[in-house]
Amino acid sequence: MSDDFNTYSEPMLEMFMFETNQSMEQLEEILLNIEGNSTITDDDINEVFRIMHTIKGSSSMMMFNNISKITHSLEDLFYFIRENKIYDLDLTRLSDLVFSTIDFISFEISKIEKGKDPDGDESQLTSDIKDYLNSIKNDHPDQEIILSEDEEDHENFISKENLSQDSNEFIAKIFFEDDCKMENMRAFTLLRDLEEIISEVTHTPKDLFDDEEAADKIIEDGFNMLFRSQEDYDKILDLLEDGMFVESVDLEEVENEEEKSEEIKKTQVDLEEQKKKTLNETLKNPFSLNKNKNIISVNVEKMDMLMDLVGEIVITESMVTKNPEIQNLELENFDKAARQLRKLNNELQDIVMSIRMIQIGPTFHKMHRIVRDMNKQLDKNTRLEISGEETEVDKNIIDTLGEPLMHLIRNSLDHGIESTEDRIAKGKDEKGLVSLDAVNTGGDVIITIKDDGKGLNRDKLLEKATKNNLLTKSPEDMSDKEVFSLILLPGFSTKDDVTEYSGRGVGMDVVKKSIEKVGGNIQIESEKDVGTTINIKIPLTLAIIDGMKISVGDSIFTVPTNTIKESFKAKKEDLIKDTSGKEMILIREDVYPVVRLHEIFGLKSKKTSLLEGILVMVETEESNYCLFADEILGEQQVVVKPIPAYLMQYTVKDSGVAGCAILGNADISLILDISGIANKYI
Amino acid sequence: MTQNNEEKVEIQEEDTQKGRYLTFKLGEEVFGLEIKYVTEIVGIQPITNIPEVPDYVKGIINLRGKIIPVVDVRVKFKKEPIEYNERTCIIVIDIDDMSIGLIVDEVSEVVTIKEDDVVPPPSYKTGFQNRYIKGVGKSKDGVKLLLDCNKLLTNEEKQNISDIEL
Repeated sequence: MSDDFNTYSEPMLEMFMFETNQSMEQLEEILLNIEGNSTITDDDINEVFRIMHTIKGSSSMMMFNNISKITHSLEDLFYFIRENKIYDLDLTRLSDLVFSTIDFISFEISKIEKGKDPDGDESQLTSDIKDYLNSIKNDHPDQEIILSEDEEDHENFISKENLSQDSNEFIAKIFFEDDCKMENMRAFTLLRDLEEIISEVTHTPKDLFDDEEAADKIIEDGFNMLFRSQEDYDKILDLLEDGMFVESVDLEEVENEEEKSEEIKKTQVDLEEQKKKTLNETLKNPFSLNKNKNIISVNVEKMDMLMDLVGEIVITESMVTKNPEIQNLELENFDKAARQLRKLNNELQDIVMSIRMIQIGPTFHKMHRIVRDMNKQLDKNTRLEISGEETEVDKNIIDTLGEPLMHLIRNSLDHGIESTEDRIAKGKDEKGLVSLDAVNTGGDVIITIKDDGKGLNRDKLLEKATKNNLLTKSPEDMSDKEVFSLILLPGFSTKDDVTEYSGRGVGMDVVKKSIEKVGGNIQIESEKDVGTTINIKIPLTLAIIDGMKISVGDSIFTVPTNTIKESFKAKKEDLIKDTSGKEMILIREDVYPVVRLHEIFGLKSKKTSLLEGILVMVETEESNYCLFADEILGEQQVVVKPIPAYLMQYTVKDSGVAGCAILGNADISLILDISGIANKYI
Repeated sequence: MTQNNEEKVEIQEEDTQKGRYLTFKLGEEVFGLEIKYVTEIVGIQPITNIPEVPDYVKGIINLRGKIIPVVDVRVKFKKEPIEYNERTCIIVIDIDDMSIGLIVDEVSEVVTIKEDDVVPPPSYKTGFQNRYIKGVGKSKDGVKLLLDCNKLLTNEEKQNISDIEL
């Protein structure tokens, strides 16, 4: 049965998961706010109630009973709080309960995503919530009665609103096709489809979901409905017959029988059903919200395909316009058309890129939860400060960032921030601070994770590295930066006792690898008792960059245009060498190091004198330097392709190559990693 | 149901490929590669060098927009390198969704070698070749050294890669 269910409800399931995940994020934010302000407002309560109500409805529709039960109990709790205007709540206990619920639901959703059944046991949590509700009730005994009365009012509200004087009453008996399976589900879908035009519905079987025999009853006696509608007989009949899997409809109009209908209404008003109706109203909410914002959600795979396609178009465009066969021809009109094509392609690219760009904010905000949980667990007092959340990064990169960030934050709290007593003893603010920041620097985004903890201990790191045989040169020769980078090596962990959160020794190297996977790099700075700063540099986008082609011997390299400051021929009198023989060049009274590309890549080049070739000055965050190449070939947009996985086992990544690009003539050009070269050779 | 069918097709395909080897020459020696790994054979083409790789990794080629690393099998087997000529071929193989090109002197033919005609490599032989050869196939026109494609990227190398792919 579940197979059948899945095939029919794929899009519904997807929608359900998407919405629920979103609601969970929203809920988490509200909760963190409540905790941060230590007060709960009416808006908060309403919002939590609304979210719980929505999820309760949608999950029971999807038949995820454990989720619907737990949301139901939380809904009850918040309903009571809302109706009785209780503000003197034990906020810690309350938020713990809600957080546990969020975790439970998120975990169940992740199970569904993996195609498993959400089979988690919610009973413990539900009874915790009930206990809490009871304890509040006990604290406010006089208000208890309001609950039940209010509930009815609230549940009936919507149906009354829909009630209209000139509506007619109908009785319908519906049979579904044999073997359509899950008749109760079909009936419910039918109700949903009709809800816009019908009101005051009662039906048998009354309870479509909790009654296990509902499906059988429908098969035997049909699905019987009594409802009111302003539409005429034919229209309703049409609609019913168009319903999915509907075999036959027997529709009757009950004419002018006010009394009878009143009677039936009295006897048959079915609270469950009204609840379902409210549920349907709320179910609609997310859709209408989306409509207001004019936003559609698109499958990421489609976006990836679009991106690839645009990449191919860019390559093909240069294959056509830079085709060797037309290189020496005077083609005025062709050139004009080519320019136009280029312009349009650029626009196309920009738009596709901008579609893929999303703000980093939500990823950052998820960290609040980590900090909260860790604070509780480790009994530390730390606050998280977030800035630069509006910085936009490619969707694919954002997806890869979550895990590493989480790990780094955990590390900061676990290893970095001292306990409150230690902090007081050191004369620091007793509240620890971890800050997250994102800045767009043109071609890259720099994410900074900074804590004001105890900092990394150089000696301890070295000791540990020696013990694990990780050192490649003698400790005295290593700069602080090199020593700190040791923690990024596989199998390195300085914490003696392993905690739940970090310190299993599998952390930082995984962080490094995931960052490198998206073409980024990671740098660590630290000062004893002042704190540790971790800088992650990631490219804005993975896909297309403006590049300058330069040749060295037979090879063609691509330098990202945004790193180039200028290019020039060297003058003999400007060239200098330092004591160790390193070449430098003097430009406008500043001295810049020179890196010979043919040397670092071991290429044969005819132009080995700095005076013959060309110097390209490039900039990194730290410094500027000059690359020495044979000549500049021109500018071209290139599609960045990653270095093949097979080659990643060698040190290619650290050798100054950021990726590959296919040129218009189908040759491959290596894209230079400007800061990588600086780190390695200067 | 459909899944079963697919499985069947796959099994059939494997059956038709079983025991079939693509043979190529390195000097006088003839090697065989299981045909199921081979995706295509292309002539030698411009290779872009890559820094900081072992000498047998020649660089990368552009195969219709796909970038594929190429390995000179001669150098990998520690034989004298020779200059590439019009007979030099690149055999593109696919292992675990990863494509690599193997540069060989020349490609000969596709042969069927029955399982009975494959004997394990002589164990007394030590050195480089043993590592990559999983058997010696006998056929009417001589013996063929059957390569173990998985070991071509030796265990240790493959380990590294799976680490990277996380």
